[in-house]
Amino acid sequence: MKKLLTNSFLTLFIICYVTTVYSSDTNSTADHSKFEILQESLATGPAVTKACLTCHTEAAKQVHTTIHWQWQFTHPETNQLLGKKNVINSFCGSIVSNYAHCTSCHVGYGWEDDSFDFTKEENVDCLVCHDTTGTYEKFPNDAGHPAYEDKSYNGILFKAPDLNYVAQNVGKTSRKTCGACHFYGGGGDGVKHGDLDSSLTEPDKDLDVHMDIDGLNFNCATCHTTDNHDVKGSRYNLVAKDTHGIDIPGRDDNSRATCESCHGMRPHIRTINNKINDHTDRIACQTCHIPAYARGEVMTKTSWDWSKSSINSPMGEFEWDEELTPEYAWYSGNIQFTLLDEKIDPTKPVKINHFSGSYTDPNARIWPFKVMHGRQPYDTKNNTLVTTHVFGKDTAAYLQSFDWNNAIKTAMDSIGAEYSGEYGFIDNTLMYWPLSHMIAPKEDALGCDDCHSKAGRLESLTDFYMPGRDSNVWLDKIGWLMVLATLVGVLLHGLGRIIFNRKRSK
Amino acid sequence: MAQVMMYKGFERFWHWLQAGLMIAMLITGFEIHGTVNWLGFETAINAHIILAWSLIGLWIFAIFWHLVTGEWKQYIPSGLTQIIGMMRYYIIGIFLGAEHPFQKTTLKKHNPLQRMAYLSLHVIISPMIWISGGYLYLFYTIREVWGLEIVSFMPVALIHTVAAFALLTFLVAHLYLAITTSEKPFGYVRAMITGYEDEKSVK
Repeated sequence: MKKLLTNSFLTLFIICYVTTVYSSDTNSTADHSKFEILQESLATGPAVTKACLTCHTEAAKQVHTTIHWQWQFTHPETNQLLGKKNVINSFCGSIVSNYAHCTSCHVGYGWEDDSFDFTKEENVDCLVCHDTTGTYEKFPNDAGHPAYEDKSYNGILFKAPDLNYVAQNVGKTSRKTCGACHFYGGGGDGVKHGDLDSSLTEPDKDLDVHMDIDGLNFNCATCHTTDNHDVKGSRYNLVAKDTHGIDIPGRDDNSRATCESCHGMRPHIRTINNKINDHTDRIACQTCHIPAYARGEVMTKTSWDWSKSSINSPMGEFEWDEELTPEYAWYSGNIQFTLLDEKIDPTKPVKINHFSGSYTDPNARIWPFKVMHGRQPYDTKNNTLVTTHVFGKDTAAYLQSFDWNNAIKTAMDSIGAEYSGEYGFIDNTLMYWPLSHMIAPKEDALGCDDCHSKAGRLESLTDFYMPGRDSNVWLDKIGWLMVLATLVGVLLHGLGRIIFNRKRSK
Repeated sequence: MAQVMMYKGFERFWHWLQAGLMIAMLITGFEIHGTVNWLGFETAINAHIILAWSLIGLWIFAIFWHLVTGEWKQYIPSGLTQIIGMMRYYIIGIFLGAEHPFQKTTLKKHNPLQRMAYLSLHVIISPMIWISGGYLYLFYTIREVWGLEIVSFMPVALIHTVAAFALLTFLVAHLYLAITTSEKPFGYVRAMITGYEDEKSVK
């Protein structure tokens, strides 16, 4: 009995020891649990940040310059002011007047309204990215703060994290920390992107060859490299074609956010036709290597119909799907969003975002996209998109009073935008989400026939001639007619000869 | 019956290999074109490329052989009266059991229409097919080296298709005439296999 107890204890000890060693950030030169300042009582998020800043003096200043902090991005080509602060999407619409809810994914504390102080260093949330314990979580509608005491949201209990424990165990970012926001964008797992959801926290090889936990085990930051806390590879300024080739330290921009950064422009083993390497000039890697998205048994939202909203289904109607075939489009960059000042034609599908690219544009490549469909409110007099005050505890919030007019007016007024007072619903809005994750094993990549065939994947891209898919209908008709006429001609000729031959031999 | 060597060893080898390669290229070509669905696009492309290189190799030998042996003279067009005479035979004479207007010899083994047909095969259809095909094949390399498309892909692909239809039409007519118009059944086919033809028809 005593021996059994000793053995059990020993086993337990080994398990605990091994787990501790393996779960800690083994190659760090600092053990944060030894820092005295992190042993003092840390009651709030900003208090933790203040402690962090005593050593990491420049960290908050760096974060302040990034899109993760500002939610604002000036596109270098179009000069359009983008970022969550400005764009309108086909999900919940826009963050305008909905801050406390949306900013539960902001890398900061307290962005409740327009008065938020973007210059305050302790407003930066270090833990949401650097937590390694898995216990730190922002509360869904508390403007970025975690729960400081156990409390519920929509019936789900959010335990108050032990901030000292979290702070003493900080480390590098992980799929889990990035995913805490990026997997759940749009209000739930997999809702927005289609190629980013919680299945990528611990993916197998079939789901993603690079992030495969039993293989390469890449983190997000392995490709989305950071420089002064600035994370590379934003969807707002996506590099459609990285002719730079393989990035070498010292020579390049330290960005590994394109496939080409590691694989170059001719990455495949030579084949007889070698088109697989030639095609890289016009086809993005993702096009063949993401044969389907939402492959991790997490569904993504494919359409959101706000017009069906009622007290019984306050958020309207959704469609969800998984294992989806991407849609394809030429893309060279220059991404633009339809902002409030842009007139729309509600009788046609309205593109929430659009971009440059065509066959004749040498910088364009065919990219895969998730296309999100929406039916969302707009200003019927001004023919513009609108922002809506969806969330909040006030009566103007749509989910409180179900009054579209008031909800739109409140949101529009809050940013000084013009609203005529009359709204309707656009039948179909389209939002394009370029796909870059869930890279399948090479065996699952697309083959030639997937596109080079009638009714293939590129059926809708008609601005170029593609063998196997295209032909000149008239040329083919005349060609076959010529062959057929010759065949009939020689057969008749032969028949005539047989008949005349019989006559002669009689 | 005495026989004469009409088609020399290399000539027969060239004929049959070229026939085989061209037929295989027609099949794989029409698969790439989207008409046939048999091997799959990639296998068809690979086969088409290998066949094309083989055919180019064969052509290099064949051109050399024609030049060195003087056999190229076999394709010099005949006079108009002879051509008309041959056409009259195929349109009228052949039905009435008329005598073949052309006397075949080792120095003049093609009748006036054959000369025209083979000459156009060699100097029109074939060059059209391999110049357009070569451009399509090297399309990416050309674009990479010069950074531009000299001619866009579609018109060249269409020329290539035109040439393929012309070749297929040629094949149909050629097979009919080669198989059925000899004095003895399959006489020409046998001659193209063994090289020998009955002296009677040679004179």
